[in-house]
Amino acid sequence: MPSLSTAPDDLVLRLSGVALGYGDVSILRDISLDVRRGQVVALMGGSGSGKTTLLRAATGQIKAQAGCVTLFDQDLSKASGPALQALRQKMGVLFQQGALFTDLNVFENVAFPLREHAKLLPTELLARVLDTLEAVGLRAAAHLRVAEISGGMARRVALARAVILEPELVLYDEPFAGLDPISLGITARLIRNLSDRLGCASVVITHDITESFAIADHVYLVGQGVIKAHGTPKTLGTSTDPYVQQFLKGQPDGPVPFDYPSTPKFEAWLVNQEAQR
Amino acid sequence: MSSEKTDWWVGLFVLLGGIALAFLALRAANLSSFSFSPSYTLSAKFDNIGGLKVRAPVKSAGVVVGRVSSITLDTKTYQAVVRIDMEKGFLFPLDSSAKILTSGLLGEQYIGLEAGGDETNLPDNGMIQYTQSAIVLESLISQFLFNTAEKQGSQTTAPGASDKPQK
Amino acid sequence: MSLNTSLTSVGRGIRIRVSGLGTFARFFWLLLRRSGIVFSRPRLVSQQIHFIGNYSLLIIAVSGLFVGFVLGLQGYYTLNRYGSEEALGLLVALSLTRELGPVVTALLFAGRAGTSLTAEIGLMKAGEQLAAMEVMAVDPVRRVLAPRFWGGVIAMPILAAVFSMVGILGGWVVGVLMIGIDTGAFWSQMQSGVDVWKDIMNGVIKSVVFGVAVTLIALYEGWQCRPTPEGVARATTRTVVAGSLAVLGLDFLLTALMFSN
Repeated sequence: MPSLSTAPDDLVLRLSGVALGYGDVSILRDISLDVRRGQVVALMGGSGSGKTTLLRAATGQIKAQAGCVTLFDQDLSKASGPALQALRQKMGVLFQQGALFTDLNVFENVAFPLREHAKLLPTELLARVLDTLEAVGLRAAAHLRVAEISGGMARRVALARAVILEPELVLYDEPFAGLDPISLGITARLIRNLSDRLGCASVVITHDITESFAIADHVYLVGQGVIKAHGTPKTLGTSTDPYVQQFLKGQPDGPVPFDYPSTPKFEAWLVNQEAQR
Repeated sequence: MSSEKTDWWVGLFVLLGGIALAFLALRAANLSSFSFSPSYTLSAKFDNIGGLKVRAPVKSAGVVVGRVSSITLDTKTYQAVVRIDMEKGFLFPLDSSAKILTSGLLGEQYIGLEAGGDETNLPDNGMIQYTQSAIVLESLISQFLFNTAEKQGSQTTAPGASDKPQK
Repeated sequence: MSLNTSLTSVGRGIRIRVSGLGTFARFFWLLLRRSGIVFSRPRLVSQQIHFIGNYSLLIIAVSGLFVGFVLGLQGYYTLNRYGSEEALGLLVALSLTRELGPVVTALLFAGRAGTSLTAEIGLMKAGEQLAAMEVMAVDPVRRVLAPRFWGGVIAMPILAAVFSMVGILGGWVVGVLMIGIDTGAFWSQMQSGVDVWKDIMNGVIKSVVFGVAVTLIALYEGWQCRPTPEGVARATTRTVVAGSLAVLGLDFLLTALMFSN
């Protein structure tokens, strides 16, 4: 593998020329990106651009149709069973809706990975879970049930659960979606602080520009099935690519069209509707 | 609910199941009457066992003293060989007799044991010498009809009275 | 032309169902392979026995009581015509231990515990909880499905035994206390006619088989359902229908196997 400017063992996740899709349909093609230790990388793109698919490829939930996904120096397409389990223990994932276990309370949710993978005494477990909850500001909410906490709090609990095993890579699926301004700021700061404190790599999948530009080291912009642009937030801000411009400025029409394209099925349906009158 | 409380309720649930099963086995079924007490074996040969089944009771004076354990056919004498598990506490004299009886009019068949007068008792694996086969309903009826026909025949001398064919 | 299309659709329907059966069988095999958790973490199983068994106990016991009442009444009316009222205990006990106990319990179980299992798994799937577990390197089949399967299999025979016991007592209440049959005759006829191995053990075996079938179907439907509200609703309906039909079909098979001589 060709070494880049930084040492290769700093590389946590690499996708080279990866094509992804479900069944015969290909959603993304020729995707290449690097994530290094200590970096916060933002993956941005419009709705339906395949960002969640990228996350699934990184966790090994789906296999690449072409190209190579390397996680912790291991080819994901060749890893399965116990090897995959070992890799997954080194990373944490924050799902879009939190994906908390609704039958457990906040404490048990955060304690879950510890109970499954680590052998700790009850006192150690208690201390460690409460510490992690404190880092997200929810230490005194440990006794609450999942149904009793707000959406923003649920996401923070999910974040605590994702990082409690001190992973080397944390993936965030739309962590800023639907949050109020205060929670937005809190979440962004938590992501950056955790990344610095744990020394892990963070991949943030989002379409929120302000918050992610504030904390990201590197940004990849995904659109129309490929990576349209990448660079530091500064370089992207000055890019002249029309897609980047439309995305960053939030223009309704541009390379991503406003009007849904017409198809033969629509024409046939329209004819049917007009004939019924 | 804490784990300890859950464990307790589950334990109670399993205990309830055990009680239910025990109730069914002991109060509803025949487990209590004799399955695990020490036993010795006797056998008896019958010309016809009728509807006798394995695990049918063996009674003496109406008290259950054993159970039929197996029924086979002796291919030399063409008699049914019935082996019985007898409760160890009940010993019977050598000249005891075994009859196949029916409980009730149309009920299950069982073996009735009548004690003889001998001083020595039947040993383990002993053979009961005196047996009486089951009464088969059809032969009983045909016998009855034959007897009735005979009586009628002897009463009247009219040459119309025909013998009923014997089955 | 339409005959051709209907033939192909019938063929396709058969193919889909047969391959569905194969998927179901593979699911069963997968569950069995991941069942070691019963020994390594028995507390998970006992928690499920609590949710599945203890919470069904009330409906099972009450149903058993009423079924016993009805058996007592109906049995008396029929036996009375032949002068055999004293055999009521035997009738009630045999009906319950051989058939009604295992079967009715299984049908109620499919409706109560089966649907809640399907809905729970389906909603966990919809809320991405199962995916979250997978990404946390925890096998959801081992952690979520296997304990529920064994919880159901263990709870079913216990519930069926309770049903039969309560039913017999219900029959006794109606027959002896209300109608006035001799209590001694009630129990002694029962005890001389009901065999531990042939009637009770066979009933237990039946309820274990039903427990496996219903729990398996419930978990499978939840596992395979579409993670949307309609998907979960349809899956719970299928659990009840398929589970009930499976119980009745298996009952016929088992009865033919066990009680023919």
